[in-house]
Amino acid sequence: MNFLSLFVLLPLLMILALFLARNRKQVLGIMVTGSTLLVVLSAYLAYLYTAARGNGATDPMLFTASLSWFKPLNIRYAVGVDGVSVVMLCLTSLIVFTGTFVSWKMAPLTKEFFLWYCLLATGVFGFFITIDLFAMFLFYETALIPMYLLIGVWGTGRKEYSAMKLTLMLMGSSMILLVGILGIYFSSGATSMNILDIVRTPIPLEQQYLFFTLTFFGFGVLGALFPFHSWSPDGHASAPTAVSMLHAGVLMKLGGYGCFRVAISLMPEAAAQLSPLFLVLTAIGVVYGAFAAIRQTDLKYINAYSSVSHCNLVLFAILMLTQTALTGAVLQMLSHGLITALFFALIGMIYGRTHTRLITEMGGLMKIMPFLGVSFVIAGLANIGVPGLSGFVAEMTIFVGAFENNGLLHRILTIAAVTSIVIGAVYILRTIGKFLYGPLQNPEHTKLGDARWYERLAVIMLIAGIVYLGSFPTGISDMINDSFGNLLQAVKN
Amino acid sequence: MSYFTIFSTMRSEVSLLTIILFLLVYDLIAGKKGESYFQPVAILLFTLHTIFNLFPAEAGEAFGGMVQYHPVMTIIKTILNVGTLIIFLQSKYIFDGNRMKHQRGEYYFLTLSTLLGMYLMISSGHFLLFFIGLEMASIPLGTLVAFNKKSKMSAEAGAKFILLSAFSSGILLFGISYLYGVTGSLYFSDVSVLLSNNPLQIMAFLFFLSGLFFKVSFVPFHLWTADVYEGAPTNVTSYLSVVSKSSAAFVLMILLFKLFGNYLYEWQTLLFWIIIVTITVGNLFALRQQNVKRFLAFSSISQAGYIALGIISGSTLGMTTVIYYIFVYLFSNLAAFGVITAIESRTRKINISDYKGLYHTNPKLSFVMMLAMFSLAGIAPFAGFMSKFFIFSAAAQQGYYLLVIIAVVNTIVSLYYYLMVVKAMFIDQNDHPVPALRTDAWNRASLVICTAAIIFVGLLGFLLDVIEKQSFGM
Repeated sequence: MNFLSLFVLLPLLMILALFLARNRKQVLGIMVTGSTLLVVLSAYLAYLYTAARGNGATDPMLFTASLSWFKPLNIRYAVGVDGVSVVMLCLTSLIVFTGTFVSWKMAPLTKEFFLWYCLLATGVFGFFITIDLFAMFLFYETALIPMYLLIGVWGTGRKEYSAMKLTLMLMGSSMILLVGILGIYFSSGATSMNILDIVRTPIPLEQQYLFFTLTFFGFGVLGALFPFHSWSPDGHASAPTAVSMLHAGVLMKLGGYGCFRVAISLMPEAAAQLSPLFLVLTAIGVVYGAFAAIRQTDLKYINAYSSVSHCNLVLFAILMLTQTALTGAVLQMLSHGLITALFFALIGMIYGRTHTRLITEMGGLMKIMPFLGVSFVIAGLANIGVPGLSGFVAEMTIFVGAFENNGLLHRILTIAAVTSIVIGAVYILRTIGKFLYGPLQNPEHTKLGDARWYERLAVIMLIAGIVYLGSFPTGISDMINDSFGNLLQAVKN
Repeated sequence: MSYFTIFSTMRSEVSLLTIILFLLVYDLIAGKKGESYFQPVAILLFTLHTIFNLFPAEAGEAFGGMVQYHPVMTIIKTILNVGTLIIFLQSKYIFDGNRMKHQRGEYYFLTLSTLLGMYLMISSGHFLLFFIGLEMASIPLGTLVAFNKKSKMSAEAGAKFILLSAFSSGILLFGISYLYGVTGSLYFSDVSVLLSNNPLQIMAFLFFLSGLFFKVSFVPFHLWTADVYEGAPTNVTSYLSVVSKSSAAFVLMILLFKLFGNYLYEWQTLLFWIIIVTITVGNLFALRQQNVKRFLAFSSISQAGYIALGIISGSTLGMTTVIYYIFVYLFSNLAAFGVITAIESRTRKINISDYKGLYHTNPKLSFVMMLAMFSLAGIAPFAGFMSKFFIFSAAAQQGYYLLVIIAVVNTIVSLYYYLMVVKAMFIDQNDHPVPALRTDAWNRASLVICTAAIIFVGLLGFLLDVIEKQSFGM
């Protein structure tokens, strides 16, 4: 038994324990213990991984293990990690941890809420540790369905509509992905569904065109690929806080990660040739998301559209196919994961107090809840890309990397995408100015309190992550950098 | 040919016949007191029968090729046995309210007779035996559909079933007669070699097939399904939709693989279109249903289309995945029917809107129902996900990508209506939800079995391996 499997086993044990839990206290106890263990585990993994690379381990994937599962189809339960998956695992455990604290007062049906929450986490963790196409797809799908109930039961606003829209769109794209995966496996003629095996048996180019499109599209929709992003604003706006955090923070990264790990790594030739088509879409998405955010008045919608913009930027960077841009893409996944989780956490906390998310109905909140206000400003600055915070590092790396690609179209699109930073500043500063500063809109708001200890804990942990990534990115970016060698070789050929 | 060979090739038939005769005699001699033990006795005997026939024997034939046994048939029959067993566990309430108490014997006797008919169809090596099996599987089923004497719906459904089933049998028999006319033999082993591209033969083949398609309820032979499913007592509906349907699918697969190998191109083309319309029409009609039984009827039509995806591949993998798919489908569907039985028997409510707010009063039942819906929709990590993945791989392996794409698009449509049931139970509010209820111990056992299977069957990889070892392709 490989210790990576603990990442799946632990959430499963939490689910089992939650089933047996009798009251709220036990539920929270289980969640706190479990998610703390997950954070420790991922930190330990990061340490082991760096140590192993430091000792000269050169395999593309470390800590690999594989267990026979379904022999007739050569499906194995295969696990393994490289730098990209390690950082994603760290991000996931951090967000699961903070999400637990943010949902401290979750009611009604606390136990059921955390059950689904853990199932969602199981899927995400499983997706990042497995390297077998079937197992990856299994975990990917596992992560999708809990969203339906999490939004439908505990959500707000037009929750039924949003939940159904999100589920159907994501499931639909994942079904397209399924065809892509089957196509990859059968046309490569590999002896197993392990991606390390499939890389060794190249897929004929004609098949690559079809299956690259299917796979990239399949994963891309979860990464909010324009114009298939429309599930995301509605879904995020209706979801309960912790779910928005986990979904925008981690689940949407599954899309980017999958595009990179499956679509591009396994079919680099087709990726190089078909990338302009998708680059155009993602570039539109980057700019469109930012513009759309300007028009919104609901805090959650603002952040959701900002997420669309940033997630399209991830896909955009991946498609640039240069080392720097790919590193930037992963950094952006991390950075956006932290920032958006922080945003959603803060919005949830503010909404919990004011019972409105419309910035037109709020004002002067900075004086009433200084902790939340300052944190919101920090998140906003990180989102715009102020140096020292994570957004700067990620976006800088992406745009430098994108500019390294010297095709004319690539240059034009890069310039177009850069504008999103400016537009981002517009909506962030406008939002902050409107509801944190300015005159008090509702006298009732003066009675509201600032953040409680569990809220502070969650917020501080996320801010710490953002500052760490923004100020000391070298360790992380080196870890990511090591993982692209073979892939880029294949693109050049 | 010794009696031993007959016994080893027809072991399951012999032991099932013994049980049927025993139950018949028991029904005659049991007094009022003995009658109330009918369900436990039937379950016990049938469990013994299932265990006794669990392990495959050597391939062989009996009665000069009339019966042809292949180890894969043991697996198939075991699946049918498990299905029947679970339905027996759920059958307590079919006799409720003093309406049908004295009919206990008939219910088990008739159900097992149809099962015997299915056994004969599966292991037959001769058209006559096949036809006897087919009729044995249909006529008692008609009686079962009309089992509730006091209900007009049930009687109407029974009449519909008998008439249409007789009609389809007639067409099938017509096909057989032509096949006999052109080949001069009724033995499968002779016919399979003699088939050629003669138009008359192909016509006979098509007549024969349409009779079978009726049983599996492929579109456009599906029109009887919804009405019959709705009118029949719920346990009979589940028997129709699980055991009867899957046995027909198995028979279709075995015959196409074994007997009609020469017509590979013809039946693949035919199935290609049948699959597309079956899945699509089944799904589109399921969208609008309000009655849970009608809803499951249409969902089971589209499920039949998915099953055919494995058949069309014509490969060993295809047969493996079909068997696996049906194995999973059985548990998922029976879990749903178990919940429906529990609720219907106490409240007579069978509309989806009645399930609103069920979670607040009956969390366990709604949990089982939700798992069933998820598994039927093919949602990870439940068993239905694996079985769908495998059946798509079987089709994709043979290059049917277009078909797979159409099928996956339909999966989304089906996801919508399966989620509507989940939504009703978990999300919707209701002022008068179904009151908290406890169903009987047998039904609870059946729900536990189904739940465990939905969660764990997909994780046990060796099952697929076991099936593959016995399967055969073209």
